[in-house]
Amino acid sequence: MKRRLRDVPGAVAMLLPSMLLLAVWTVYPLVKAFINGTKSCDSTGTRCTDVGWQQYSNVWSSREFQDALAVSLKLALMTVPTGLILGVGLAVLADKHLRGIGFFRTVFSSTVATSVAVASLVWVVLLQPEIGVLSDLFSGWIPSLKNPGLLRDPGTALPAVALSSVWANLGFTFIVVTAGLQSIPRDLYESAYVDGASSWRRFTNVTLPMLTPSLLFIVVVLTTRALQAYGEIALLTQGGPNPEKSTTTIPYLIYGENSLIRNNLGLKSAAAVLLFLVSLVFAVVQYRGFEKRVQYAR
Amino acid sequence: MRADVPHGLRRVGRYSLLALVSAVVLFPIWAVLMQAFKSGPDALNHPESLLPTNLTLDTVRAAWTEGELGRALFNSVVVAVVVTICVMLVSLLSAFAFSFLQFPGKGVVFVAFVATMLVPAEVTVVVNRRTVESWGWLNSYQGLIIPSLASTFGMLLLRQMFLQLPKELREAASLDGVGNMRFLWEVAAPLSRPTLGALGLFTFLGTWNAYLWPSQIIKDRDHRTIQIALEGLSGAQINRFNLVTGGLVIASLPIFAMLVVFQRQLVRGLTAGAVKG
Repeated sequence: MKRRLRDVPGAVAMLLPSMLLLAVWTVYPLVKAFINGTKSCDSTGTRCTDVGWQQYSNVWSSREFQDALAVSLKLALMTVPTGLILGVGLAVLADKHLRGIGFFRTVFSSTVATSVAVASLVWVVLLQPEIGVLSDLFSGWIPSLKNPGLLRDPGTALPAVALSSVWANLGFTFIVVTAGLQSIPRDLYESAYVDGASSWRRFTNVTLPMLTPSLLFIVVVLTTRALQAYGEIALLTQGGPNPEKSTTTIPYLIYGENSLIRNNLGLKSAAAVLLFLVSLVFAVVQYRGFEKRVQYAR
Repeated sequence: MRADVPHGLRRVGRYSLLALVSAVVLFPIWAVLMQAFKSGPDALNHPESLLPTNLTLDTVRAAWTEGELGRALFNSVVVAVVVTICVMLVSLLSAFAFSFLQFPGKGVVFVAFVATMLVPAEVTVVVNRRTVESWGWLNSYQGLIIPSLASTFGMLLLRQMFLQLPKELREAASLDGVGNMRFLWEVAAPLSRPTLGALGLFTFLGTWNAYLWPSQIIKDRDHRTIQIALEGLSGAQINRFNLVTGGLVIASLPIFAMLVVFQRQLVRGLTAGAVKG
């Protein structure tokens, strides 16, 4: 008992900095956002009146929030499976003992360090309808590249945003899958090979099951990134094209320059809390769903 | 015979596929580079030309001066370096407490720490912006730095490392009368250098690349980070549109250089959540 207490002052001192930081910048704003969500405030956000918890259900069922939720979910549906398949494909392609394979691995991981701003602006440049390179090269096949431009056409704006984020996330998924592949014991392949399993069978029966921890990690991270997409929207489409608001995700609804609720603290907070809950539900469901199938290599 | 070493025709096929896929992945970067090294009129009239002819630094130079990118790069370096050092220190301390010290309620406190990882920045920014505003920290370095220090990732990473250190190490040090801080500084931290490196690189990249938070609290040109400055360049009219490509080159060069040097640490940091059960 005495030993247990001897460490207390030291522990308090060592935990204090991180506890203070987390309290002020993570816990307090979360709790405060929950409370703000029940309030109706003037545009300065100083004078607020209580309108109760029903504001959450009002925000949830509002057309703006439902539209933004649909956009966010569509973006996740477009980016997560594509990103996963491309990441696994690239990693398997580069998982061979070949001269110069290091070069190709560097190329495949090259987008890992691009920020959301850099990646988005790269695609702004490529897709610019008048002088964009892609618009110039492929407008014969896809006329909307020139007129009105992929990012200005309500039908193609969100897929174009998805294209940009899949590309930006490619380096990350490639690196994670490659590390997963390298942690698979080689003798598993050798015994499968000796048993006469075809390379496709070896992929489905050895590689994929052993990769599940990496795949789960990627699915969770990519889903989170899609649900939290803000920078790519602000830079590529500003939530437009309007009036459809085809790319207004929930974060853009909350933080965007031309968002309707930009100056409404109560509604913003309620929407932020709802975004938190949606992300939480997704993370829990994904971990639960995968848990049974995950095999940890050990 | 090893199953993963292709021979003959399969080898040629594999190389061709690798080359083709590399070309697709690199195409956006290549296209931006080619635009950036063309002169302004050339970029407007011949955007489709992707061969390195008539290269010039005019566009990159114009982006540098018009976007005040020197200032922006400086701001980004200051913020990212300070955040990285502070996150490493704070994480070392808390990881040490959770791995080497005994205190009542340790389990509960630890779970509380981990639970904060579930809260995305997109939720806390609404309130944090108001906090920063009321403290007069809008358009300031401390506004960019201090809120970015709240994270648990580093603690978890280092704790995992610390728990793998042999127990006898701490016991032997205690017998010699070595205190907690000295043990952390002279034994535990140096032994965790690879993990610390991964954490440092990861924090640096994350801070350097941050967009949402700076975009919400920085409005003046003196404090904007490189990411925000780039956005300013993209707002130019069509005849100056290619300026942003010059900005992209300037903003990406330091990061690509870092990636080449610290590839191993990056992989370590990225995969920390995936490979380990």
